[in-house]
Amino acid sequence: MTERVAATPGLYPLPDWAKETLSDLKGHQKGDLLSGDESEAIVEQYDEVRAEYVDDQLDAGLDRVVEGQGRWDDMIAHPLTVHDSVETGGIVRYYDNNNFYRDPRVVDDLDFSGDVARELESATDLIDGAAPLAATLPGPYSLAELATDEHYGDEAAFQAAIAEFLAGEVEAFPAHETLFLLEPSLVTSPPAEGEESAATDAIATVADATDADVVVQTFYGALGEKLYAHLVDEAGADALGLDLVAGDRDDTVYNVQEFGSTDSLALGLVDGQNTLVEEPETIAERVEWFESQIPAEGFDRTYLTPNTELFYLPANKYRAKLNALTAATEVLE
Amino acid sequence: MVRNPSANREQFRPNDHPNDAFLLTTVVGSYPKPKWLNRADELVDDPDSKFDATDLEEAHDDACRLITHEHERAGLDTVVDGEMRRNEMVEFFAERIDGYEFNGPVKVWGHNYFDKPSVVEEVEYDEPWLVDEFEFTSNVAERPVKVPITGPYTLGFWAFNEAYPSTEELVYDLADLVNEEVEKLVEAGARYIQIDEPALATTPEDHAIVGEALERIVSGIDEEVRIGLHVCYGDYSRIYPEINDYPIDEFDVELCNGDFEQIPTFTDPEFEPDLALGVVDAHTAEIEPVEEIKANIRQGLRVVPPEKLTISPDCGLKLLPRDIAYGKTENMVTAVREVEAEIDAGEIDLDNPLADD
Repeated sequence: MTERVAATPGLYPLPDWAKETLSDLKGHQKGDLLSGDESEAIVEQYDEVRAEYVDDQLDAGLDRVVEGQGRWDDMIAHPLTVHDSVETGGIVRYYDNNNFYRDPRVVDDLDFSGDVARELESATDLIDGAAPLAATLPGPYSLAELATDEHYGDEAAFQAAIAEFLAGEVEAFPAHETLFLLEPSLVTSPPAEGEESAATDAIATVADATDADVVVQTFYGALGEKLYAHLVDEAGADALGLDLVAGDRDDTVYNVQEFGSTDSLALGLVDGQNTLVEEPETIAERVEWFESQIPAEGFDRTYLTPNTELFYLPANKYRAKLNALTAATEVLE
Repeated sequence: MVRNPSANREQFRPNDHPNDAFLLTTVVGSYPKPKWLNRADELVDDPDSKFDATDLEEAHDDACRLITHEHERAGLDTVVDGEMRRNEMVEFFAERIDGYEFNGPVKVWGHNYFDKPSVVEEVEYDEPWLVDEFEFTSNVAERPVKVPITGPYTLGFWAFNEAYPSTEELVYDLADLVNEEVEKLVEAGARYIQIDEPALATTPEDHAIVGEALERIVSGIDEEVRIGLHVCYGDYSRIYPEINDYPIDEFDVELCNGDFEQIPTFTDPEFEPDLALGVVDAHTAEIEPVEEIKANIRQGLRVVPPEKLTISPDCGLKLLPRDIAYGKTENMVTAVREVEAEIDAGEIDLDNPLADD
């Protein structure tokens, strides 16, 4: 019997009140974005945001609760942009979206930071045992792709250093049931042929740093078949996350049928980039349809997730999407 | 294919124009709002204030009159009201088109947000969007008034599409609505329309969708009406020479910001519409000296002859301090008139316009 789990990879939109209070406290310019040493007043605002995120998820009844990453001004580049060995450069486009982040220029050794672990400690206190925690990090491949190396001097060394850095951060995390590693770059700018193993090795380095179930969430479309096969076999993931909203769904089905899958899968079923809220029945049908395409005799777990982070949405629609996911798992029961 | 810009350009030459050569001067549209107007915009939402919607309308009228005259004082041949009535380029139109709804602000970067609307049903034309503001501005202006309209590609792709099977189909429906609006503006006397499509710069591979949308926008629009297209911030080589097939009179570009490095892109094959060239930077708070702007204008002469060259700032000036925006506009016009005189005097080699005489 396959377990169905409603979860999200995090990065939620700020509540509207916090958009105002934080922009008043921090300002609108590049230099005003978070650097990791924010004032007490700003810390307090984010504490309230975090509490609201936890409530939103517990109210919706999600099976895994995330911290929500309200502080991540630079989206998944955040763990670097707040790092002491990183200088932030110009504002650059975040994938193919009308969103921008500060280019993290790595200028020194990426030693331990603890920034994300501190957020997760706070979330753990707020959740207070009401649901299992899911941690979120960028995957090492995507983070290396988003950053600029001005220190390591070699692409492979840079990717490995980022993987080691992320692994070190994970080791400091409080107890967590699941770790989401966000890897959109595997879809948008995949490793060159023959270099897939360097990417999967880097991911495995991070995955090996935790006993939790690791979900490698890929998005903005379907994975190339060769890379898909490498990821299933080598990335150390308990579940590969597949985007069933963007790109060609048939390609994804083909990959699964041809190359098998991880023991569990995360299915990106709810559109993180459109305000149209999916009907729970529609989501449930998609789950059953996709599971029926998998050749293996059942597998451990299906995570029902949005295909992307949810910060693209207005706050009311983000909450509606959380509810849709949990309602879908109830339809499937 | 390109419309017929030579059929509509001369109507914008002022009667007292001092030179034979005529480089049409214009602006892209937006201009810094007077501080008091921002206060007025906020005051109308304050339940404790007696300031109401009628008062705000009066404030908008006053601001439009002020900025239109400020443009005339700077010497521009064609003017805009500085978009004093508009908040944001998508929101303003989405509020006027049936089929859009607003759910709240979404992040662009840091703490910069945009009230990105959702299209929840088929878009439909209700009341005119801009006819009242055009009539007001053209009544207070002594120079011809240009009307900037956010284009259907940007109105479609900078919204959440909940209702259409593809955003391309939404764009074509929006283009039909823009066509209806342009017809009404022309009926009201408008002769210079600018379609703004900043979204194309980020997805240049969609140039054919914009082309098809433009065909719909200009359908039935007489050639005495000048249709411009403004696309800012992008790698123009990815939409050139395709834009030569667009049914437009003028293509307005932002090149000053990139030191005119992209000028050679437009020289081969031959540029077909008129070129509207940005010669002052909309994102630096220093007023360019006249001599520097004159050198920038010469860059445009590498692409088109004087009778096909229009001069404007790079983009809307609304993010600048107002005195800087005015200074840039005034110096731009001065530079244009001086370049025209030099062309008349044969001091500029039009085959090699960057050469010293």
